[in-house]
Amino acid sequence: MSNATRIAKDPAMKKYFATLTAIAGLIALVLAAAPARAAGGDTPHYPIEKPALESWSFAGFFGRFDSAQLQRGFQVYREVCAGCHGLELIAFRNLTEKGGPNFSEDEVRALAAEYDITDGPDQSGEMFERSGVLSDYFPSPFPNDQAAAAGLGAVPPDLSVITKARGVSRGIQWTLLDFFTQYQEGGADYMHALLTGYSEPPEDIEVSDGNYYNPYFIAGPSLAMPEPLFDELVTYEDGSPETIDQYSRDVSAFLMWTAEPHLVERKRIGFQVVIFLFVFASLLYFSKKRVWASVPH
Amino acid sequence: MASTDTASHPEPSRRDFLYIATGAVGAVGAALTVWPLIDQMNPDAAALALATVEVDISSVEPGMSLTVKWRGKPVFIRNRTEKEIEEAQAVTISDLKDPLARNQNLPDNAPATDENRAVADNENILIQIGICTHLGCVPLGQQGAFGGWFCPCHGSAYDTSGRIRVGPAPENLHVPKYEFISDTQVKIG
Amino acid sequence: MAATTSYQPKSRLGKWFEARLPVMGLVHSSFIVYPTPRNLNYWWTFGAILSFMLVVQIITGVVLAMHYIPDAATAFNSVEHIMRDVNYGWMLRYLHANGASIFFLAAYIHILRGLYYGSYKDPREILWILGVIIFLLMMATAFMGYVLPWGQMSFWAATVITSLFSAIPLVGESITTWLWGGFAVEGPTLNRFYSLHYLLPFMIAGVVVLHIWALHVVGQNNPTGIEIKSKQDTVPFTPQATIKDSFAVVCILILFAWLVFFLPNYLGHPDNYIAADPLKTPAHIVPEWYFLPFYAILRAIPSKLGGVVAMFGSIAILIFVPWLDTSKVRSAVYRPIFRQFFWIFVLTGIGLGYLGSQPPEGGFVIAARILTAYYFAHFLIVMPLVGLLERPKPMPSSITESVLAKGKSGDGSPAETGA
Repeated sequence: MSNATRIAKDPAMKKYFATLTAIAGLIALVLAAAPARAAGGDTPHYPIEKPALESWSFAGFFGRFDSAQLQRGFQVYREVCAGCHGLELIAFRNLTEKGGPNFSEDEVRALAAEYDITDGPDQSGEMFERSGVLSDYFPSPFPNDQAAAAGLGAVPPDLSVITKARGVSRGIQWTLLDFFTQYQEGGADYMHALLTGYSEPPEDIEVSDGNYYNPYFIAGPSLAMPEPLFDELVTYEDGSPETIDQYSRDVSAFLMWTAEPHLVERKRIGFQVVIFLFVFASLLYFSKKRVWASVPH
Repeated sequence: MASTDTASHPEPSRRDFLYIATGAVGAVGAALTVWPLIDQMNPDAAALALATVEVDISSVEPGMSLTVKWRGKPVFIRNRTEKEIEEAQAVTISDLKDPLARNQNLPDNAPATDENRAVADNENILIQIGICTHLGCVPLGQQGAFGGWFCPCHGSAYDTSGRIRVGPAPENLHVPKYEFISDTQVKIG
Repeated sequence: MAATTSYQPKSRLGKWFEARLPVMGLVHSSFIVYPTPRNLNYWWTFGAILSFMLVVQIITGVVLAMHYIPDAATAFNSVEHIMRDVNYGWMLRYLHANGASIFFLAAYIHILRGLYYGSYKDPREILWILGVIIFLLMMATAFMGYVLPWGQMSFWAATVITSLFSAIPLVGESITTWLWGGFAVEGPTLNRFYSLHYLLPFMIAGVVVLHIWALHVVGQNNPTGIEIKSKQDTVPFTPQATIKDSFAVVCILILFAWLVFFLPNYLGHPDNYIAADPLKTPAHIVPEWYFLPFYAILRAIPSKLGGVVAMFGSIAILIFVPWLDTSKVRSAVYRPIFRQFFWIFVLTGIGLGYLGSQPPEGGFVIAARILTAYYFAHFLIVMPLVGLLERPKPMPSSITESVLAKGKSGDGSPAETGA
């Protein structure tokens, strides 16, 4: 305490302080000015618009998936997206997992049987088609990337981990805050913004044929995917609104599950671990105090 | 926490209780931490998914066999001829080296009658794990002195019901757990 | 190392074993009765934290290696298989990935502690240099480990960093081809990185043993920078230091658990969840956060070779710190000018880290150059000059004196907070 005030009062120190403060200030100024200069730079930065922060059932300390939402999202995937996008890391059996869409095993067995899976070779060396079983993985709509590109002009990415493969930085101050709010839903927010974000391009942006303007797209002003969702495109059995917004939320939540199927278990165990560690740390703290009580330090 | 015995030990104090509690919590934490490290070596979800296999036997005619892979092992599925069934049923249990059925779908002490070896309501079909019970080689079908299976490694001969008759193998070929989920689909495992 | 151990095993078996391999005596003299300065603060717990994290990384790594496949076509999917199918695989993977971050966080704090308190000064020069070697091995290990998931960032970071070697005149191209095992980063590169990533942590463990040995020969530094003069200055390592280290480790575990269970991908980059594509470069290639300051220095210098030299130089310069710092006084507690420069150095490091994460455009470029220059100036100008020109504060004559005087003029901990 008195050290610091003694230093501050020394006239020689005041001069040093002034210099050092100037250096520190210069560094801070340089860093603060840098982003402003960069933003006025030549290369455009995408996405043009940053996604809004949505509320998700799986966000936060006690986040859980809503299995009804995941089931609807799966339906949207199946009826709208699966024509172009694969889901090769997901097996039919995963749909029965706890903490996920929670379909029954019979429902999934019936679902799997509707799919044709290439298997083989058989006794005569030929590949053959058979109905899917629980242990099979979702078949991709194209045998390989080249076939996809030939058919569509661009390769539709596999969607298994897409919500972990996309994230938009909102700047250093948000990045720091995210540590405390445990924000991990950037991919889902991005997905929802993209699916609902199609609009007419402004005057100064040129969109080539076969591309569609979307200011939320991460890699450019336009993308090769046309707007996939329309009102009443998919019939929901449970009476949920059949709107683009609802479809988009549901399929984004479903894709968060395909990317992180163990999310619920992870947060449950995490809660227990953190409580345990706080208790253990307290015990160790008091033990430490006891051990050091008789020792001047 | 007063103790009546203060002669040989100082009274256990709150300090000792604190240390014991800390140590105990630490030990519990260590044990809970170790479990995932051990459990990760257990078969994973993908392996467990292949713990059962569903087979379509509609194309297996009498006199034909089908071999499928189940849990890394061969399973023989045979549609037996009349002659093979008769020969199997004519054998008396006392002639058998191994009198037990070795059928996972029946109690352990079930005798090795052909009825207890073949599929319950379809005596034509015989399902068994194709691993010799001696040292694990895969026997050859429709060979050997008894018209069933013959293991070339050490000369064990099984009859048309898969029962060991001659040779060093100690047990009949094992029959795995199975269930017919339709007339032509059998789920093994 | 031949400590006069006072350890006498109680049991007959113990005596028999001890006469043949005196490990118990070694543990006893090194970690039980070992005299530790009584005034160490919590910045001294990071050595234990680092040892703990090394063990965590090795255990989780060995276990992950039971499931990972180091083949270019299947590596990415094998990691996803771990995340989805292997029992607790998701937890092991997140522990290992975030464990590396905690490992580096602790390492930086440990190094900064050394820089602040003059722990590198005579007679601890070799101890310090062993630490720099451990740091280099850590960086190599972490770099290769990040390549293994074979995501876009894995692949392109590997390409960028291995390509740096081509800047070396005459032999650069050959060395790069030799590193790659081909004409670009491909399957052979992945395989050898896997082999070396498994090997290096055990080399780190070996150097850590040397590091602790070197430490025990000269004794620990302490916040006053004044050497141990009598037994009164010390307490036995067990229970005093052991319990304090345990508490510190569990506190770090809370941070670790917060990351692993609630923010598992916070420190990572989304692009690494895209499988590697040699034909498509990501918009912004960035390394993991712990490499960012060095990445900024690399990009700050316009010439390719210059950037490489500056980057490696920025780590190599640490080796010379014991001789660059001319101060007769060890601890910054008694070095009021140096103390201020230390914190500016910390700010510089953080600033460089931030700049490393940003695209090298506009104002960021100039800022990176200024801070890179300052980084080197700290070692080459500040350290020698301040040591010569500064007038240190009066120091206590011993650790005990500083501890006993604690009530009056402040203890041996840094007074920068003034609280």
